Amino acid sequence: MNKLLQLAGVFSLLSILAVGGGTAVLPEMKTEVVAEHDWLSEAQFIDIYSLGQLTPGPNMLMVQLIGQKVAGWPGAAVALLGFFLPAGLLAWYTGRLWERLADWPWRESIRRGLAPLAIGLMLAGTVTIARIALGDLRTVAIAAVVTAILLARHVNPAYLILASGVLGMWLLQR
Amino acid sequence: MSEPAPPPARVGLHEIFVTFLLIGATSFGGGVVAYLRAYLVESRRWLDDDEFMSALEISQTLPGLNATNMSIIVGDRLRGVGGALVGFAGMVLPGSVLLFVLGALYGQHGHKPFVTAALAGVAAAATGLLLATTIQLGRKELHAVFDLALVAATCVAVSVFHLPLLVILLTAGPLAVWWYRPRAVAAPAGDAAADR
Repeated sequence: MNKLLQLAGVFSLLSILAVGGGTAVLPEMKTEVVAEHDWLSEAQFIDIYSLGQLTPGPNMLMVQLIGQKVAGWPGAAVALLGFFLPAGLLAWYTGRLWERLADWPWRESIRRGLAPLAIGLMLAGTVTIARIALGDLRTVAIAAVVTAILLARHVNPAYLILASGVLGMWLLQR
Repeated sequence: MSEPAPPPARVGLHEIFVTFLLIGATSFGGGVVAYLRAYLVESRRWLDDDEFMSALEISQTLPGLNATNMSIIVGDRLRGVGGALVGFAGMVLPGSVLLFVLGALYGQHGHKPFVTAALAGVAAAATGLLLATTIQLGRKELHAVFDLALVAATCVAVSVFHLPLLVILLTAGPLAVWWYRPRAVAAPAGDAAADR
């Protein structure tokens, strides 16, 4: 029960802090999940993140696996709802309000001001994943090639993710 | 668009559910916005381009994920609270079920060297995807020196100084909004609409 409350607390706070989407809260999530609560090791955290990359839909469904690891089925449900519901309620309410605020000058100020903040947080999220995922030259090379391809061409990233998984099996096995 | 456009002809809740279920099941690779647009604007014609961009603007400005925020906002737009709920459920369900299966497989085989190696490859590629996504968004959204400085300061505050996210949002957020306060914004009309 205590664990469920902790899960609800951690993930609902992350939910409303997720300006810039899921990537933006990755550093805070890793701190909470790995260092603060010791629910997962760093290696498990990155593995679960990778599993999340293999699934369609919202990018951060991985929270469900974190919840499941901590407190089984109820944990999965609490983590998932905790992470998506508070921000969802805010979106629902603002969605109704936003149309009426079309001529409110601060609307553009908010959008314009928060955009760089969101991008800075996404960059920090990228750094968090990179610090764990890029341990040697081979993984750095994979990441660099994927970045270059995505910036140069319009490819579905899913193919690159899958190809890198296969490549990893061949190249990264110890 | 000052007046909200009237919602299109009454759409069935099951149609909303099925549509978001399809988006939720096919949007591999993180680029959910393209899938949303293909279904909502092009295939179903529930929204026109302006309405889509307006909903996306809310989703991106507010906390939370684009995918779920969009399912809620569009679902609500079409059929109120019920539409928002089934839109959200459809969006989350396929990935959630697949991830449950993957999680179970990981529990059984996660220790095997080839699984660890495959996931390491995926993680490396995911890093590349994150970086590319951030760069692409940056090219589109960052126009001034102030923007770049804010990006750098935010990233350093999190990655180097490990400041709590709440503190960063409560300090840098109001500062940035104030910087772009109405009288300071001389954006040409239509800037927001051209912004994709």
